[in-house]
Amino acid sequence: MDRPGQVLVWSAALTALLVVTTIVSAALGPVRIDPLTVAAAVLNEVVVPSAIVLESRPVWLLDVSVPWPGFEYRSVFAFDVQGSHQAIVGTIRLPRIALGATVGFALAAAGTVMQGFFRNPLADPSIIGVSTGAAAGAVAALAFPTLVPIGLRPAAFISAIGTALLVYAVATEGGRTPVATLLLAGVAIQAFLGAMISYMLVHSGESLREAIVWLMGHLNNSSWGDVWMSLPVAVLGVLVLAAYTREMNVLLLGEEDAHHLGVDVERTKLLLLVIASVITAAGVAVAGVIGFVGLVVPHIMRLIVGPDHRILLPTSALAGASFLVITDTIARVGPAEVPVGIVTAALGAPFFLYLLMRQEVHSL
Amino acid sequence: MTAHRPTASDQTQEAKPIVSVADLEVTFGELSVLEDVSFEVEPGEFVGLVGPNGAGKTTLLRALSGALSPSDGRVVIDGNAIDELPSKASSRLVSVVPQDTALSFSFDVRSVVEMGRHPHRSRFSPPSAADRNQVDRAMERTRTAQFADRSIDAVSGGERQRVLLARTIAQDTPLMLLDEPTASLDVNHQVETLELARDLVSDGRAIVAAIHDLDLAARYCDRLLLLADGSIRADGRPETVLTGAALEDAFDTTATIGSNPVTGTPTVTALPPSTAAVDSVSVEPTNLRIHVLGTGETAAGVSLRLAAEGASVTIGPVPENAIAAETARRQDLECVETEPFAPITAVDRERVISLVEAADVTVFADFPITTGSQLLLEELPETTFVAVESSEDAGEFVGAEANDRYAALLEKSVITTRAGVLDGIVRTIEESEYGPEHATLDRPVSKGDESTREERQSVETSSDD
Repeated sequence: MDRPGQVLVWSAALTALLVVTTIVSAALGPVRIDPLTVAAAVLNEVVVPSAIVLESRPVWLLDVSVPWPGFEYRSVFAFDVQGSHQAIVGTIRLPRIALGATVGFALAAAGTVMQGFFRNPLADPSIIGVSTGAAAGAVAALAFPTLVPIGLRPAAFISAIGTALLVYAVATEGGRTPVATLLLAGVAIQAFLGAMISYMLVHSGESLREAIVWLMGHLNNSSWGDVWMSLPVAVLGVLVLAAYTREMNVLLLGEEDAHHLGVDVERTKLLLLVIASVITAAGVAVAGVIGFVGLVVPHIMRLIVGPDHRILLPTSALAGASFLVITDTIARVGPAEVPVGIVTAALGAPFFLYLLMRQEVHSL
Repeated sequence: MTAHRPTASDQTQEAKPIVSVADLEVTFGELSVLEDVSFEVEPGEFVGLVGPNGAGKTTLLRALSGALSPSDGRVVIDGNAIDELPSKASSRLVSVVPQDTALSFSFDVRSVVEMGRHPHRSRFSPPSAADRNQVDRAMERTRTAQFADRSIDAVSGGERQRVLLARTIAQDTPLMLLDEPTASLDVNHQVETLELARDLVSDGRAIVAAIHDLDLAARYCDRLLLLADGSIRADGRPETVLTGAALEDAFDTTATIGSNPVTGTPTVTALPPSTAAVDSVSVEPTNLRIHVLGTGETAAGVSLRLAAEGASVTIGPVPENAIAAETARRQDLECVETEPFAPITAVDRERVISLVEAADVTVFADFPITTGSQLLLEELPETTFVAVESSEDAGEFVGAEANDRYAALLEKSVITTRAGVLDGIVRTIEESEYGPEHATLDRPVSKGDESTREERQSVETSSDD
């Protein structure tokens, strides 16, 4: 089978897995709902635009609203679903699942890029400080809302991107950015930000609990608004990355080889870094620091589909979406709800160790 | 004034150089790595870069590929300053087989070869039929198609080298750079790789390759550039570049140049520095005059060795088609050449005898006892003889008289090994001139043999990093 065919088959299979995962996840919870009913309720949520209207809309990330041309929507399906079930699925479980899928999609894609970029199996989306930057911004917004009056998510997003750019700027000299320097600059700046976060937590008073839950990564109280904030960024970002998968493959040979094979190394590195950071920030800003998705999922998919980024990137992203939906279902269905970051790490770490001991993950 | 316009035939006769390097200088901080390097390469030329470690071979290749910018001077490939071209454009002109590449991931062989087409493909289009064709042909040519689906980290070193060559062929550039393409390969793979390179050059490509094996470089390259301390010491056909003087200058070692009996190309044998070979205080090898009796490989080897130590060596009688005669011509040694398969004439015998008389020492080096040489043996004057041990029993089928004479001469000779010949000679002279008590008798005769066996290959092995 040729490469595009393989990509299509794998993507279709993983999309099907995501659909099944979504329906099963939406059926589970304090109120058990029959999967068929769930499927009907999910379809009832599908809308199409029916008219264009001028409406007041919040500007993305900011707490202001401006008039904006928008659509009026109309449901496509009208299956007969009990009102409370429709509400549980449509307004409580489905947004949470969609957000989990979005964040998993973004983190796994970014992790794939970072591992290839750094040619380092330990790399993950936060390696150049994006997650720590987001955490610093979020904790600052929670602990000192008067000093950082822009809201939790904008603060996290801006601080995440700012940190990545700072690391990049520190590591760049004379137009070149050696990945080793980038890695070390990332470690140093993360250490500094870690100290800042601890300091702010000590002085966070009332908001300590909220901050800790955010730091562990969670998807509760997700709304469709969060989904619309992060989904377009994640999808667009992964589409751009998908156009650079051949360059990612060639970059695996090393930078000088890549140059000799026609890759504009520094420009490609900057582009990959910026996009991977933006999609990571879009995920982390809405869901907090969720670890291990971006580390483990690309490794698992590399074992299955091989190192070719043309297949690895889309399959990792789709598998990451299912992975986070499954782990978040476990996080919320258990006897007491826990932040999903705990579940991803608690499941991901032993699984990763198992792969290591089987000698299957030893390189890229 | 009417300018002379070159016609099409002019252009084909005088092809434009694909590489033109002018006054290239590369410095890393304070350290000057290349200095004043200028040369041109024509399409269809296979140029070997030779020289010791740290001579700047890899740096020169990196400057040619545009991976580093010259501190001064210009590297022009096909009319473009290569370091100023964007990577996409430069990678259509120059392809590189790196010395070592990060292939520690499990791409299949075909994917690696396909990467060679990257410079020719646009971002969104799938590979064209032409792309696939080039990849197929490159894999056929390098005989890598048979393991196209194997993972690159599961193939042997020789196969991996062929995969990298296939990638470079698929890249389809007028200039190919090979950095130590034969390093760490078995002999059969070394030859295979360079045969392939020769084949590629015959298509009109130019190849510049850093090769540390001088014999292989001489055998396969049209032209050698001898690099030492960051500058070009010699540039030209292998036999003009690989001279004892040039190698001594570049590698800081004594070397003799022989001729490969099969290919006829120069071969280089590095010798230990003369101080290590002889520790006599009283005898200077350069003051010695030595005559060698023998016609074959042993005689040629002994002559080369002694000549390399600075002794004046004469040789003969040698049939003009024998190896020793060839060596003598190459090294410009005085040689009594005779007609092959004919008896040695009286004139030649006299010449030999006068050479033996003039020599301080006469060396038997597998001297063949034939009816032709019988007379000569009988006429040889009494002098100082050294005989080189031989595994063959020379002159088995000649008359008993000649054998007796030879045996008697050998009796008086000091027996030595081929590698220890100078040692033997020096010892003999010390003994005859200053008496046996002065001679360094405690030295075993075979000493030179052991100490030189490794050093004989030192030109090859010493350039390993």
